[in-house]
Amino acid sequence: MSKAKLKIRRGAPDAPARYERYEVPFEPGQTVLDGLRWIRVHLDPTLAIRFSCINANACKECMIRVDGKTVYACTTRLTEAEMVLEPLPNKALVKDLVTEIAPPDERLE
Amino acid sequence: METDVLIIGSGAAGMYAGLAAACAGAKVLIVDRSLIGRGGATVMAQMTVAVALGEETPDHWEHHLADTLKAGRGLCDAALSQLLCEDAPARIREMDGWGVGWARAGNRIRQVQAPGHDRPRCVYVDFVNTGPAVSKTLRAQLQRTPEITRTGDLLVTDLVIEEDRCVGAQAVHVPTGEAVSIAAKATVIAAGGLTRLYARNSASLNMGGNGYAIALRAGAELLDMEFVQFFPIGHLAPRMVGMDPIMWDPFRYKLGGRLLNSRMDEFLAEEGKYTSVRDRATHAILEEVAAGRGTPHGGVWLSFKHCSEAELRAAFGPVIERLAANGIDLTRDMIEVAPIAHYHMGGIRADADLQTGVPHLFAAGEAVGGANGANRLSGNAITEAFTFGRRAGLRAAALAMKTPMPSLKASSGPPAKMPEINPAAEIADLQRVMSEHVGPLRSRAGLEHALQTIMELKEHCSTLPAPRGVFDAEWLDLHDLANMRLVAECVTRAALAREESRGAHQREDFPETRDAWQRHQRFRLSEGKLVVQG
Repeated sequence: MSKAKLKIRRGAPDAPARYERYEVPFEPGQTVLDGLRWIRVHLDPTLAIRFSCINANACKECMIRVDGKTVYACTTRLTEAEMVLEPLPNKALVKDLVTEIAPPDERLE
Repeated sequence: METDVLIIGSGAAGMYAGLAAACAGAKVLIVDRSLIGRGGATVMAQMTVAVALGEETPDHWEHHLADTLKAGRGLCDAALSQLLCEDAPARIREMDGWGVGWARAGNRIRQVQAPGHDRPRCVYVDFVNTGPAVSKTLRAQLQRTPEITRTGDLLVTDLVIEEDRCVGAQAVHVPTGEAVSIAAKATVIAAGGLTRLYARNSASLNMGGNGYAIALRAGAELLDMEFVQFFPIGHLAPRMVGMDPIMWDPFRYKLGGRLLNSRMDEFLAEEGKYTSVRDRATHAILEEVAAGRGTPHGGVWLSFKHCSEAELRAAFGPVIERLAANGIDLTRDMIEVAPIAHYHMGGIRADADLQTGVPHLFAAGEAVGGANGANRLSGNAITEAFTFGRRAGLRAAALAMKTPMPSLKASSGPPAKMPEINPAAEIADLQRVMSEHVGPLRSRAGLEHALQTIMELKEHCSTLPAPRGVFDAEWLDLHDLANMRLVAECVTRAALAREESRGAHQREDFPETRDAWQRHQRFRLSEGKLVVQG
């Protein structure tokens, strides 16, 4: 089985950014979201990610930056080359890969 | 926070309930643990919405009801089924007026014939876009209704009961981890079903039975919990991304398609048509696999190789490009399909006013048990969401209008430590056990094994600590695990007790349907223990 290398930006806004590296087994065809879910089950359940529909690209919640491009984690395929995962740069950071993406009038006041 | 009507969940049922309650004069608060109108099951619906519109051929809601009752294998709550079928035409036309865009042939709304329906009855939005179109339309209506406040990322952890009635809810604001109290004159649970209990499911992450768990702890009853619908032809292989696993349903409506075992036999004798209802098709597929006639990944083949490129493009337009991007050419390739957890027929016990057994607490949509008995017809889920949502919203608003605003006592949970487990891993294990032993084919030995695992898990999730700050993902999983465990216990105990086979509940050790079991099993929680009635 191939291994994907993910370098993930961790942390909340009040702490300095840090990057952590993870190795994730994968079969060709699997996605970055599959890799993130694998990390949470096998390595680190504290990794914060946001997603709802898992694979259908219906909820649009798993938007992050991969190698500097804004993508959906659920439709981006894993590769053997190291991928750098970061939260969206233009949204307020909540924690790890989670940003404040709710429309302003649908947030708690 | 305080509101006249609190609605928990923002799928079609919750949004419709909100609109109806606001229309009746109530101030409404819709909360969702995820984003408004994005999670849940509605947004993932692919195609059909059943309704006796009579646009394609003459029809009447009584015919729709007859088909619904027949599919339910003797267990439908006829009053709820009638509400679903009778109110459906008005709701589908209301949605049409709001611009949902039901597929049309000229002026006429198109209706396709789904398995188990006696005539063409199912409306849809092209292409494979029913759920997103429904969600978008209802969200637009919410946005133009000033009496409705919408708040996402707010997870209701429990209802608040004072003097034997529901007076609101306790919630956690996930991005900050702060506790939030919501006082409400009436509350509607529209938080969907429990398909996340299974490893392969077609719903979203928030369908882990939260609505059932908070209802149970508030004193409401759950019924028919053993009836989990598996959608027979969920996508299995090759791996696709960006597509819903139930996407082959619309393909079969429009193009027929052939379901084949490894010997290339059309084992359901459908003759290229889409005619088998879901419980029968699911069991037929699993029997082929068990007999060694399955595909490499453990399903069966679905073939559209009889269709030309032009036919495929005429029926599905841009979807064919999305398949190509996944390396699939249906004129050349067959795909592998297998049953996938899709819907839950059981749920919260409610009357035809959607009032639960707890005063001032209502339920709507998939969260409600009973309308679909032991097996749901294609197309009845979105219809159920619309019709039950509206009725629940109206009744909750009427009750709220004559109720003073309750004042919630400040409450904070006991300080507790996070247990020494990885809750994400425990969820994955629970899903595996449920899939293996409490899936479409069941036996005493397997169910007892599952129940043992479920009970061993109980000590790890008996008390829920407070989250440790912003977006505490581990705490979220622990919360979900506790509710999933409780609901899994209901499903497994009900399945173990029901010593017969009926609809979605099939016992290998009790293959016959028995008249003595034409009855419901109900659960309630008494001092932390599940009690079965009926």
